[in-house]
Amino acid sequence: MNLDWKFIGESLPLYMDAMWLTIELALIAISLSMILGLLFSLVLFYRIKGLRSIILGYVEVSRNTPLLVQLFFLYYGLPKIGLHLSEFNCAAIGLVFLGGGYMTEAFRSGIDAVSTAQIESGLSIGLSKVQLARYVILPQAFAISVPSLGANAIFLLKETSIVGAIALMDLMNVAKDLIGMHYKTAESLLLLVLAYLVLVLPLSLLLSWIERKVRHAEFGG
Amino acid sequence: MRNSGVEVLFEGSNFARLLGGLLVTIEIAFISIIIGTILGVVMGLLRTVRSRSLRIVLRLYLEAFRIIPILVWLYVVHFSFSPLLHIEISGETTAILVFSLWGAAEIGDIVRGALESMPKHQSESAKALGLSSAQLYRYVLIPQAVRRMLPGAINLATRMVKTTSLVVLIGVIDVVKIGQQIIELGVIKAPNASFWVYGFIFILYFLVCYPLSLLSRKYERRWQV
Repeated sequence: MNLDWKFIGESLPLYMDAMWLTIELALIAISLSMILGLLFSLVLFYRIKGLRSIILGYVEVSRNTPLLVQLFFLYYGLPKIGLHLSEFNCAAIGLVFLGGGYMTEAFRSGIDAVSTAQIESGLSIGLSKVQLARYVILPQAFAISVPSLGANAIFLLKETSIVGAIALMDLMNVAKDLIGMHYKTAESLLLLVLAYLVLVLPLSLLLSWIERKVRHAEFGG
Repeated sequence: MRNSGVEVLFEGSNFARLLGGLLVTIEIAFISIIIGTILGVVMGLLRTVRSRSLRIVLRLYLEAFRIIPILVWLYVVHFSFSPLLHIEISGETTAILVFSLWGAAEIGDIVRGALESMPKHQSESAKALGLSSAQLYRYVLIPQAVRRMLPGAINLATRMVKTTSLVVLIGVIDVVKIGQQIIELGVIKAPNASFWVYGFIFILYFLVCYPLSLLSRKYERRWQV
């Protein structure tokens, strides 16, 4: 197969722009959904009445609906009841909505895995509930949650590939446009796959490195 | 009240058409899960074989699906296979192909994990009891392996059903596409249709996926290992 290298060189800047968009969206999605997940899992841990059932409901809804439909609802549906959001904001909100549920689950299972002996000892030496969370539960829960938090981060990064459906110029959309305009299918797809390799592979390697680093923080590990 | 727009869901055959579209999605997911499971079991068994090169190849195959988004796979197959092979491949076929290969990779990993986590003393005790090889698999190994695999496999099924919503982007007439058609047709009569139609599709997906995730959670709890 002969590749048109001139075409590849010319379309490279388009892919670079799209990669920045992906990185920006992924950073927002990963950081905000982790904050959301941490807060929500603490609400679940402290069994705050009222809020607890709302969050449990949210987790199920966000985990059991596809991002594409969430985005279409935000982008095409909400303006009909007077809520206009930009494409970028829709994508960010959709990704955080989706990721928040997954991150809550990841933190919650980490907190659940902290042994009751640890919690009881903490209480028996007179730690307040907040101190207990800060010094006993969260450090251990975080270490336990790292693999699933990492998996969620990669999941969100890959999930950004859908935002092209609401007219954002992401990698998918650039590739689709180039195929439609120039019929350089092989070149466009090659760049598309390479772009995702460049984005996801380093994150995946970084996460397995972090996973090894935090393992010692687990109790008795 | 006349123009709230929710009526659009029940006008003519709209309701039935949307459900029909959902069926297309579920069908693609279902066929892919079946094919993926069969291929995945073989792949999982192969991954426990001692051949190093075979292991590396299968590991790379799995990582390819873990690193490259499924939508990219759909594009790659959709845009390159038809011209490459000089035959027309429909969106449905593309989707089933990609989802089956993805399922095979993930099921393969679940099977491998279950096989490797099986404690050795289980088969040794069975042999000490005088069980034959067939009995060992029938009564000891397979029941335990299935318990370890089921929650993960059901989770994968939920993810697949959700991910099949992407097939609209390679031109399959699924529930999202039918929703778009209904919205376009009613653009003057029911200008608020998109709120209700997308909201309804949102709920439809939830109704399909939620029971699956409940089931997976139930097995996870009951068979904690």
